[in-house]
Formats: sequence, C-alpha cells, structure tokens
Amino acid sequence: MRPLTETETRAVFEKLGKYIGENIQLLVDRPDGTYCFRLHRDRVYYLSEKLLKLAASVPRESLVAPGTCFGKFTKSQKFRLSVTALDFLAPYAKYKVWVKPGSEQSFLYGNHVLKSGLGRITESTAQYQGVVVYSMADVPLGFGVAAKSTQECRKVDPLAIVVFHQADVGEYVRNEDTLT
Amino acid sequence: MGRKLDPTRKEKRGPGRKARKQRGAEVELARFLPPEPETGRKKLSSHGRKRAAKRRLGAGGGPAGRRPLGGAGEREPPGRTAHGFSDGNSKWLAPAKAKKTQPKGNHVELSSDGEVEEGSWEMEEDGSSEEMVDDYGASSSEEEELLPIEKAALKQKPDREGLSEDDSEEEEEEEEEAEEASKQKMGQKEEEGPDLQLNLDIDEPFKLPTSEEIEKEDILFISEPPDLHAIHQRIQGNMEVLQDFGVKREEGRSRQEYLELLRRDMAAYYSYSDFLLTKLMDIFPLPELVNFLEANEVPRPVTIRTNTLKTRRRDLAQALINRGVNLDPLGKWSKTGLVIYDSTVPIGATPEYLAGHYMLQGASSLLPVMALAPQENERILDMCCAPGGKTSYIAQLMKNTGMILANDSSAERLRSVVGNLHRLGVTNAVVSNCDGRQFPKVLGGFDRVLLDAPCSGTGVISKDPAVKTNKDETDILRCAHLQKELILSAIDSVNAASETGGYIVYCTCSIMVEENEWVVDYALKKRNVRLVATGLDFGKEGFTRFKDRRFHPSLKSTRRFYPHTHNMDGFFIAKFKKFSNAIPQAQKAALSPVPDTTIIEPPPKKKKLEGSKADKEQKLPQPALKKKRSLQAQRRPLRA
Repeated sequence: MRPLTETETRAVFEKLGKYIGENIQLLVDRPDGTYCFRLHRDRVYYLSEKLLKLAASVPRESLVAPGTCFGKFTKSQKFRLSVTALDFLAPYAKYKVWVKPGSEQSFLYGNHVLKSGLGRITESTAQYQGVVVYSMADVPLGFGVAAKSTQECRKVDPLAIVVFHQADVGEYVRNEDTLT
Repeated sequence: MGRKLDPTRKEKRGPGRKARKQRGAEVELARFLPPEPETGRKKLSSHGRKRAAKRRLGAGGGPAGRRPLGGAGEREPPGRTAHGFSDGNSKWLAPAKAKKTQPKGNHVELSSDGEVEEGSWEMEEDGSSEEMVDDYGASSSEEEELLPIEKAALKQKPDREGLSEDDSEEEEEEEEEAEEASKQKMGQKEEEGPDLQLNLDIDEPFKLPTSEEIEKEDILFISEPPDLHAIHQRIQGNMEVLQDFGVKREEGRSRQEYLELLRRDMAAYYSYSDFLLTKLMDIFPLPELVNFLEANEVPRPVTIRTNTLKTRRRDLAQALINRGVNLDPLGKWSKTGLVIYDSTVPIGATPEYLAGHYMLQGASSLLPVMALAPQENERILDMCCAPGGKTSYIAQLMKNTGMILANDSSAERLRSVVGNLHRLGVTNAVVSNCDGRQFPKVLGGFDRVLLDAPCSGTGVISKDPAVKTNKDETDILRCAHLQKELILSAIDSVNAASETGGYIVYCTCSIMVEENEWVVDYALKKRNVRLVATGLDFGKEGFTRFKDRRFHPSLKSTRRFYPHTHNMDGFFIAKFKKFSNAIPQAQKAALSPVPDTTIIEPPPKKKKLEGSKADKEQKLPQPALKKKRSLQAQRRPLRA
C-alpha cells in the first residue's frame, strides 16, 4: 500500500471532479477526521488516517481491502471509477438524473437509460457530463455520463439513450468477484 | 362370549386377505338371499344386508348361545380380569364397553369403512358403564325390546367393523408370537381410544426382530430400496417401547438391542451416517432427537438484518411490503431482524438490497454479535469473517467508528466479504487474508475479538444435507483441534487491560460437544480467562458434564440453540472475559501489554508470543505492569 503519485492523484481527482465538481475537498477533510487515498494492487482506496495505521501493520500479501475501494487503474493507467464509491459521491453530486420505476431494473442490469425511462434531470447538464443516477425514491443507483444535454433531452425521441451507463449497484450481485 | 359357536372354526372377517376366501356355498349364498322382512326397521345398506345374512346363518346357534350368556353375564364380572375375558379368548378379545342406545342409530347410514372409527371410538370413551357386554352389545340388564342381535344390526354395524378388524389382525398376530407384552399392550390400547387409527400397525405391539431378520433386511436392502413407511412405523413403535421400557419390553431382549435397531432405522429413514446418529443420540433424549431430525429436513425461515447505517427497520419494512414481500419483525430480542414469509420478488436482488439497506442473514448469526456488544471507538478483530454478515453487524453497532479487522483464511470467500462491506457502506473495516492462528503475531491488542470458528456444521444440516453422511470421527477431531488453536490465538490477541473491552466471543454453528464445550473448557484451562454471561436470555444452557467428561461449572453461562426449539440454525455461543495478559505457562514470558495512552497506534512489532526474558525485564518499570504482576499470581478463579 502506498500513497498516490502526482499523476495518479491528478487522474483520480479529475475523474471525481466530473461527478462532484469542486467538492473534493469535502471528501478529504471530513468532520470526523482526515481521510486519504492509498493505492494497493492497482486499486485506489479511501480510508481515514486512523484506519491507515491499522492497515499499515497488516502484511502486504495478506491485505485485501483497506477501507473503501473507489476504483482502479487500468493497464494503460486510466482511472476507472467503480460503484463502491457511490456512497461517498452521491451526497456531493452536482448533476443528478432520476430514473422512472419501470426502467430502474433495466439500469440495474447494466443497460443505458433511455429517454422513456428518464424521470428528472438537473438543469443545465452539459453533454458528456458525469452524473449520478437515482431512483425516484432518491436512492442512488449508480453513475453515468449524460449522452445529451438537458435541452437536447427534451427534444429527443423516447428510444434515444440519454445517459450512458458506467456503474450501477446491480454489480454487487453481477460482478461480485471482480470488486476485489 | 358367544359369537363363536364352534371354537375350532374361526371365521375371518374384515378386509384382510383371509376374509376373502370362500367359506362354503351356504355362506356365500346367504349374501345374495333377500333380507327377511322386518317391520319398523330402517332400510339397511348392502353392507347391513350382508351382515344380517351372516347373522341369520349363525342365528341357528346364536340365540341359543346368547341366553346362557345373558344369564352368565351377571356371574362373569367377578370372574373376569380387568383386561380380558375369563375364557381362553382373553389373548385377542377385549370386552366391548357398555353400549349405547338410540343415539347410535345415526351411525347405521355409514357405509364406508373410513367413518366407522367414530363409532368404535365412542365406544371406548363411554367408559362410564363398565358392565360386561357381549359383542352385540347385549347388556345384562336387558332393557331393550329388540333382541341383541337385531339391535346389533341397527347400531353395531359400525362398531363391528372396527372390532372385526382388530380381531382379524390379532388372529394373524397370534400365530406369530406368544409374548405376554402383546396382551397388556392391547389392553392399554383399548383405553387409548382417541389414538386408535384404522392403521393396523398401531394395534400391533412392537416386536423386536431377531438378528436373522435384520440380516435378511440388509440383504434385501441391497437389492431393493427399504420400505420407508414400514421403517417409520417401526421407529415409532420402538420409541414407545423405550419410553416405557419396564412395561413394554419383550422378555429376554436388552435395551441395547432396541437402541441398536432404533439407530439403524433412524439412519436409514433420515439418511444419516451411523456415527453421526450415535453422537446425536448421546446429546438428545429420544423424543427430542426425533424433533431435531425432523427439523433438519425442513429449511429455516429466511431472515434479514436491517442495515441501520443506511435505513431504519420501519422504513425498510414499508419499502419491502410495497414490493410485495410478506414479513414480520424477528422477535423481541432483535431490533434489526425481519423474517420473510414469502415474497413475489427475489429477496437477494431488490433495489433495497442492492442499495445496501439490508443483509440476508440467519437469525442465529445475529446472536454472537449481540453477545459481543461492541462499543464505539473500539478495535475489534473478526477472525473468521466470511461472508461478512457478522462483521457488518459489528460495524453498524459501532456506527462506523473505531476499527474492525476482518480476517479470513480463504481468499475466495473474502471476495464476498469485500462486496458485502462495500455494499452496506462499512467504512471502518480493513480486510485481511491471514490464517487465524497467526494472530496476535500479525496484530494484537484488540478490545474485543469475535471467533466464529470453522466447524463440522452439524447445526446447519437443513442448509447442507451432505453433512449427514460425510462427517466422521476424524473430521470432528480435526475441527476441534483447529478450534482450540484458534481460540488460544483469539484470547492472546485481546488486551485484557482495555478499558471498555477485554472480551472474546467464541461461537460455532455446530451442536457437537467436542467442538463446543470441550474447546471452551480447554481455553479456560490454558489461559487467564473466565466465562461471563452472554446477555442472551433465551437458549439452552451449555453442558457442564457430558458422558464421562466433566467441564467447568461456569459453562452454564454458554448458550446452545437448536433448530427444533428455537427455529434457527443450531448454534453455540460462549463469551470470555480476559482478566490478565499473562499466559499461565512456566516457560512463556508474559505478553507485553499495549500502552494505555495510545490506543489507536498499533502495538510495537517487538511484541511476540514467546517473548524473551529481556523484553519482560524492560517493561517491568512500567506502572501498568505492576498491576498485572499481581494478577499474574492469581490463577483462574473458580466460579460456580
């Protein structure tokens, strides 16, 4: 387990910024202590400093998961955000999309969100903006990328994709093995 | 007496095979002869007509034989025994209780055999008048105008059916055996009116088959599958004899033989290995054993635990009900459990599950964490955490404060731990993949430790029926050995000087004494720990003695849970309090205590299990150690 390098930190914060904007500082300085990011086996983990001390004493081969995994670096050093970060990003999300109950299941299976399933969308969402997907009951379902800006969403036909799927909570059941 | 004129010629009656044999022309013809015209009589059914015909046949000698009985009836009561007639038929014939009058008339219309028992049962329960009656219900008082035979044709037809069946069975039995137990049993059976069934075997007293017959069965078993129904009946009969052994036993057969047969039958019926069944028979008394085995055939109800980090039980229940799930709170003892009766949607895939609002978990898995009672800002070690249900419960009780080290020795099962912890929003956990026995070398000084030891799984047979047959002596002993090592490591990983903690909870999902009480007793002998109350007020107390072993009396505070009594998986829970960090062994030096000032810091690496003497002397000046030295002198105190 090691701290992130400059490039890595930049990549991660850039990605996070897509979803929560400038609120990254809120992630690091929380009221209950300072939190930090650490890299372990190509995955980025988010943990408090207290937990860091405990995790540091575990032998590296035996350590499986210190804290919460936010995502992983691919072989070509791109940062891919995983659904396990949802709990932390959802409260600070700037652009949100609400999905109708009927197409909730479809999103949870890994499909993109169509216009027919779109319930609400935050005003002034740009195209290709990172969004957090919610159900109508305000339960966070996952991440996505807006395929169309809000204005365009109003005009487009019902079967067009409005949000590209990136990660959803259904992966806990579908891809349990690849979470770690 | 009086039904038979010719004792050498017994007529078989009833639905049995022998009853269907032809008896001779006049008898057969009598069935088809038209009934004699009798006035003021209800129209008889075909059955009634047959009976009337039969009686007419015997009527030649019947009335003649009846009168003497009527007169002899008054003489007989002093002569007859409580349970039989005074003539030679007492073996198979029991007196009918006094008969009823007109109200029985409505039973005449019954024509199916199935309903005849009501008549015969009422016969038994009407025990008020015990006067001697003959089979046609003729009482010695002779109040009725109708001849007893005609009365019988009216009302006794249903009763006759019931009696005749018994007779035919007894006659068949008679040829096979000559034990006295059968008489007594039959007499007793008569009083157990409500238990009488049409089933023949109930009346048949239990006879222990000889060893040749058992061998014959074994040979048959190879060529064809055993008759499960017959085995089941035999089990029940055997159990009845064993319950009241002094009275119901056969002469010359020992209790061991009955038990041996019972064991074999149960092993065959419930598909258990002989070894496991022997073990179970040692643990449970016989009636409870049957309940236990039956409970293992049925799955336990599905239960879930609300994740209070993300939702409340009330809201979760409402959301699930809206999805079409039928549920209820688990019980008074749990504030987060819900039991699912049925559901239209798969419980493991609802959006609430995926959002981490609840966890599928057995009810018994909630108990060890409740016993552990983790406090906020503590350091907890969960030594065998997969699949992570208990770990996440600990985290939610601590409200994501403090630290949990979730360890498991199996890397693949750890994946589900990581998945569950992330899904449920647990942030204070570090997951590691060490062998539990490496603690506390890897890390020690925890406030509390939960050890859910790997076991033989005999408490969760309903989830995994393979356990019935694939466990044998070596498996159990191997598990026990591993558990002993793990529990010592767990105890050593706890810091006895911790202000809020110093507790170890040991639990298994097994009911074997070798894995539960024995391991706990071993730990009490080897380390400075004592047992404390688990805080669970329901559940059976652990054994303080078992067969030839004697355990420490404080084992009464441990708890056992069974599927048939508590409707949850079999479980065993013990809670220890460590009162000294010293290891009571001559060669081993005392464990260096974690400095009280910095609880958060991991303990220094030089803390080793076999500490050198130099280390010990270095630590001596510390004031904290002085207290421990006095504790070291103390041996484990004996508590009743």
